[in-house]
Amino acid sequence: MATTESYVGQRVLRKEDAKLLAGQGTFIDNQTMAGMAWMELVRPPHVHATIDSIDTAAASSMPGVIGVFTAADLEDAFPAGLPMVWPITEDIKLPTHWPLTKDKIRFAGDAVAVVVAETRAQAEDAAEEVVVNASELPVVLDLEEAAKDEVVLHDDLGTNVVVHWSHGGGGDQSVFDSAPVTVQERYTQPRLIPNAIEARGCVAYGIPAAGEFTLVSATQIPHIARVALSIATGISQSKLRIIAPDVGGGFGSKLNVYAEEALALALARTLGRPVKWIEDRQENYVATIHGRGVIHDCTLAGTEDGKILGLKFVELVDMGAYFQLLTPGIPELGGWVYMGPYQIDAYWYEFTGIMTNATPTDAYRGAGRPEATFVIERLVDAFARRIGKDPAVVRRMNLHPPFAEATPWVMGLQVDSGNYEPTFDRALELADYEQTRKEQASRRTNRDTRQIGIGLSSYIEMCGLAPSNILGALRYVAGGWDGAEIECRPFGKVVVRTGTSPHGQGHETAWSQIVADGLGVPIDDVEVLHGDTAVTRIGMDTYGSRSVSVGGEALRRAVEKVREKARTIAAHELEVADDDLEWADGAFRVKGAPDKARTIPDLATSAWTAHALPEGVEPMLEGTAVYDPPNFTWPAGTHVCVVEVDTETGATDIVRYVAVDDCGAVINPMIVDGQVHGGVAQGVAEALFEEAVYDESGNLTTSSMTQYLIPTAVEIPPMILDRTETPSTTNGLGVKGIGEAGTIASPPAVINAVIDAVAHLGVTSIDKPASPERVWRAIQDARSEGGAA
Amino acid sequence: MAHVSIVVNGQPREAEVEPRTLLVYFLREHLGLTGTNVGCDTSSCGACTVHLDGESVKSCTLLAVQADGREVTTIEAMAEPDGALHPLQDAFHRNHGLQCGYCTPGMIMAAASLLKENPTPTEQEVREGLEGNLCRCTGYQNIVASVLDAAGVKG
Repeated sequence: MATTESYVGQRVLRKEDAKLLAGQGTFIDNQTMAGMAWMELVRPPHVHATIDSIDTAAASSMPGVIGVFTAADLEDAFPAGLPMVWPITEDIKLPTHWPLTKDKIRFAGDAVAVVVAETRAQAEDAAEEVVVNASELPVVLDLEEAAKDEVVLHDDLGTNVVVHWSHGGGGDQSVFDSAPVTVQERYTQPRLIPNAIEARGCVAYGIPAAGEFTLVSATQIPHIARVALSIATGISQSKLRIIAPDVGGGFGSKLNVYAEEALALALARTLGRPVKWIEDRQENYVATIHGRGVIHDCTLAGTEDGKILGLKFVELVDMGAYFQLLTPGIPELGGWVYMGPYQIDAYWYEFTGIMTNATPTDAYRGAGRPEATFVIERLVDAFARRIGKDPAVVRRMNLHPPFAEATPWVMGLQVDSGNYEPTFDRALELADYEQTRKEQASRRTNRDTRQIGIGLSSYIEMCGLAPSNILGALRYVAGGWDGAEIECRPFGKVVVRTGTSPHGQGHETAWSQIVADGLGVPIDDVEVLHGDTAVTRIGMDTYGSRSVSVGGEALRRAVEKVREKARTIAAHELEVADDDLEWADGAFRVKGAPDKARTIPDLATSAWTAHALPEGVEPMLEGTAVYDPPNFTWPAGTHVCVVEVDTETGATDIVRYVAVDDCGAVINPMIVDGQVHGGVAQGVAEALFEEAVYDESGNLTTSSMTQYLIPTAVEIPPMILDRTETPSTTNGLGVKGIGEAGTIASPPAVINAVIDAVAHLGVTSIDKPASPERVWRAIQDARSEGGAA
Repeated sequence: MAHVSIVVNGQPREAEVEPRTLLVYFLREHLGLTGTNVGCDTSSCGACTVHLDGESVKSCTLLAVQADGREVTTIEAMAEPDGALHPLQDAFHRNHGLQCGYCTPGMIMAAASLLKENPTPTEQEVREGLEGNLCRCTGYQNIVASVLDAAGVKG
């Protein structure tokens, strides 16, 4: 009898690695075509200005130039502007967003013209010769200033205050007036630059006479882009193919549809030649979305003994100069998780979205949920300090009690399952919490210059985006389902087409694990195809920690459909009733006579030859499933960061970092750990190093990797990981998602640790990023205010 | 145009290039060796790391003409001709030292250079040795583990 390996849950090495290790990745800049021309955008050195005239004559006569195009030249190319797909309120004000701006420059990345030339260098040289005469306008970057509307970005809207969204409240709001303790804090989120190590880029080509076009793009969302770019360019969806090749990281920055993609398609159509565009890093810093950019006013209502009664958040959110694909929806996504993993009585969340002369904000790893977690976790620490209790004690007493079935929470959504105390306790155990507190006390007593701080962060996140009916209620224009197709080839190979679009997450491996187990075939006989709308027809792509809980579950269901059909064929061939068969050890076997069996490869061959199929059974063994999740998934966890802060220099060293996460069932623990490592590193970066800084005239001063401090292997600490496993009730796999957990949990863990290290000096708040200067100043300020020495 | 003669992955290669051509674009566009990636344009990220006369260099920092008469090795030449992986490639695979894979060629070239200089590094020495190479996916943990594994050093 054949034995079948079990793959799900195992540390299976990645199938993706071979080509990447060999330097044979298909990254966008490796794509080349005969007759290909290069596109370069003209982004003038203005932040806010009225365009008076654009002179393209000199550029047009430069060597190798094929054409120079302004918005006026492409008037007929774009029937609509770039789509924003989440108009979150009825009265949201929608700025027009053309691929090339027509009237005004509104931020440093705004392009006014595009040059196409034979080579990239020729296109770059010519772009510098486009003369733009513009009248400078005052620049507004500060959210509270922008809200005054003294300077308005979009004249037709008449205001920068473009959207106000309120959760509407949950529970008895009177606790905010009646509670024995209220803590009010203001926190800020700096703007962050996603920094996928591969910047963006695309190649467009097609057959203009047939109206058929293909866009190869470094994107996370080929399927969504197909719809959006069809709207923007007027190319029929039935004749528009989007391919995501190997994509060098996304982190939300490629969860978007950008001007350059629409321009490349339009110019390929106009010129009848392939058109390629590759973003350089400085361009990436201004023209690719930023993340975060929020001012939070927060209120916690609680009791003297540490019970949290209510949480209220009122925020201003920096939208930037235009809406990108999801811009106003990002804070709303966070607006469902500001209660953290705590059981509270009353909840309120609202935000106002404001336009500024800066790069549009949009989804950056975690998208709204890191903001929420940062705020609630800092607020809990502030509360603990106020009432003089250990923040671990306050957290633990407020954790939602365990529940195994979907349960309604105060914010009005059902949480799939949760058991937070074991996760919390394990994190404290691995961090050696009690002993570290003793060491901290000793150093405080000794007035050591290197003080220890312990930061906790307990989180819950809303993943598995998303139930389509809820998305509809939230005014998102698309669904949240995903699809999978399985095609069993004769003689044993299995082809999987998934609607998810990985860019580092290892879906080829994890999806193969699911299929190999489900169909009883060796993992190397499963081939997973993704990221090409002509091949993987049914998809909603990869973002929001959704891939395994939506796309993976769709795949599990497709496996079931294949097995159903295979069982019918097996019963026919073995001359027994369907019910006389059982699936055992990778084959359908006759009950009581296990040697009488048919494997999936046997049955796939039978279904392909189709010589003797049972009555009514169609040829080919295949199965397709489209799965719409009934709920979100709700991963949770606790992270603990231990730091040493030098009180004389303000420098912070992370001496221990513990992450205990609960992402439900695990398909591949190696990949899950890798996601946590990377997520935590991005969150540590956010807490200690990274910030997009603008000067008063709106110029990005952190304009390259030499100024924007991405941490290296020296700054990122080794991490200690563990997991608890509370299966999701949302899907049959029991999975919850892990792509964003690290980035959601880690910023408050680190900042709480830094503040904790110097709290005895009187410091109560330090903003991100906690640079040595910022920490040192906080200490000096506290001392000069007469805090305890 | 400038004439360059460079031994790339053991093969003598000659070409006429614009003097401003960076080594990385010579490799990628003139020779079609696209395994070496470009990440930043400011010599910050290290994705473009190759070996020049056996030492790691960032190939976006160097003009092709500066490599004239010298030897360059890229990721494409790290595996054996029969396809057997270089110990670092193998270690990155076994330790999940890569996710999106974009920084990986540069990371492997930098690590190879590091291990040549220091065959048995400590974890801290690996971290410091890779300081010129950025990764946004892995948090470096499994990259460091991969390099220590390739060196036969327990992490």
